[in-house]
Amino acid sequence: MKILVVDDFSTMRRIIKNLLRDLGFTNTQEADDGNTALPMLQSGDFDFLVTDWNMPGMTGIELLKHVREDERLKKLPVLMVTAEAKRDQIVAAAQAGVNGYVIKPFTAAVLKEKIEKIFERVEG
Amino acid sequence: MAEADIKSSSNEFAKLFSEKANELMGRLENNDLAGAVGLIQDLQKVRDENLYQEIGQLTRALHESIKNFKINGNAPGAGSDIDEAHEGLQYVVEMTAKAANKTMDKVDESMPLSEAISNEASDIQQEWNRFLNKDLSAAEFRDLTKRISTFLENTEQNTRKLNGNLSDILLAQDFQDLTGQVIQRITAMVTDVESRLVNLVAMAGHVDQMTGIKHKEIEVPDEEHDPNKGVGPQLNAEDKEDVASGQDDVDDLLSSLGF
Repeated sequence: MKILVVDDFSTMRRIIKNLLRDLGFTNTQEADDGNTALPMLQSGDFDFLVTDWNMPGMTGIELLKHVREDERLKKLPVLMVTAEAKRDQIVAAAQAGVNGYVIKPFTAAVLKEKIEKIFERVEG
Repeated sequence: MAEADIKSSSNEFAKLFSEKANELMGRLENNDLAGAVGLIQDLQKVRDENLYQEIGQLTRALHESIKNFKINGNAPGAGSDIDEAHEGLQYVVEMTAKAANKTMDKVDESMPLSEAISNEASDIQQEWNRFLNKDLSAAEFRDLTKRISTFLENTEQNTRKLNGNLSDILLAQDFQDLTGQVIQRITAMVTDVESRLVNLVAMAGHVDQMTGIKHKEIEVPDEEHDPNKGVGPQLNAEDKEDVASGQDDVDDLLSSLGF
């Protein structure tokens, strides 16, 4: 299971990576915005994308839209982990095809629950 | 210049103006044309003097504000209040990042130690239970005592290291005090800048009043917010209708959308 973690703050990337490691996912890579992430996704064989929304350059929602438009990536499970909490933003993310939405600050339990739910649905 | 001063000078001008106007009406009623013309000239003079005074005060206040803001015309931002605020906030970002990284370093260091203690204790317990059940041979028991001895020694070292790490994590929280002070200073500065700007606007308003200048409403273009751009964390999310107040709220919303 190869996971890409996208956030503009290195501390948040580190927190998410550590939590993923505790959940048994050790093969993770990092990107600091959508512009860096998209080529990595296109050239690498990632199984899962965890992304922030608010980032300079390409935002997380734009990255999600690009992923869904890409023939090879469109089925990639995407979890959004973000401080963006407006209802219309959550609806927009759902419409863009997000698989899960976690708002910051979050707990390890919430992240675990959402990730497990996504894989249940993907596999089921 | 204090707000009270601005109001009183403006009131005095209005009072004087209305007194002179009444006098003018009286003179006109009494057919004192020469007196009336004189009064109009007086009125003009009062208006001009007040106008010069107001413009003078406005200019001085602008100068003082520029001096106080420490704005340097040659190098925008250098050494100004805005620059200080910028530096201060940069400091907050750096300090919080440093504290977060230090804490995570110490946690990364500590986790293998506590895992090692936990794993070894659980292994030893199994052996110990075998001993209690008299399942252990003499040779195995000798191994076990050696193992316990090593474990106690290691545990002593590991817990000492863990204590040290916990205490470092505690100390890494000192950023809260330092960044708090910087943020409070910037908050006070922003409030100060705001009140000085409001004062300048009020003074400029008097000049407009005396000269009869009417400004067209400056239309601030209502910037259409790009829905792709984020807005960051919501303050007081509980009080806002259009904002999810927590993960439960998000989950409810998503499940109502068929998630």
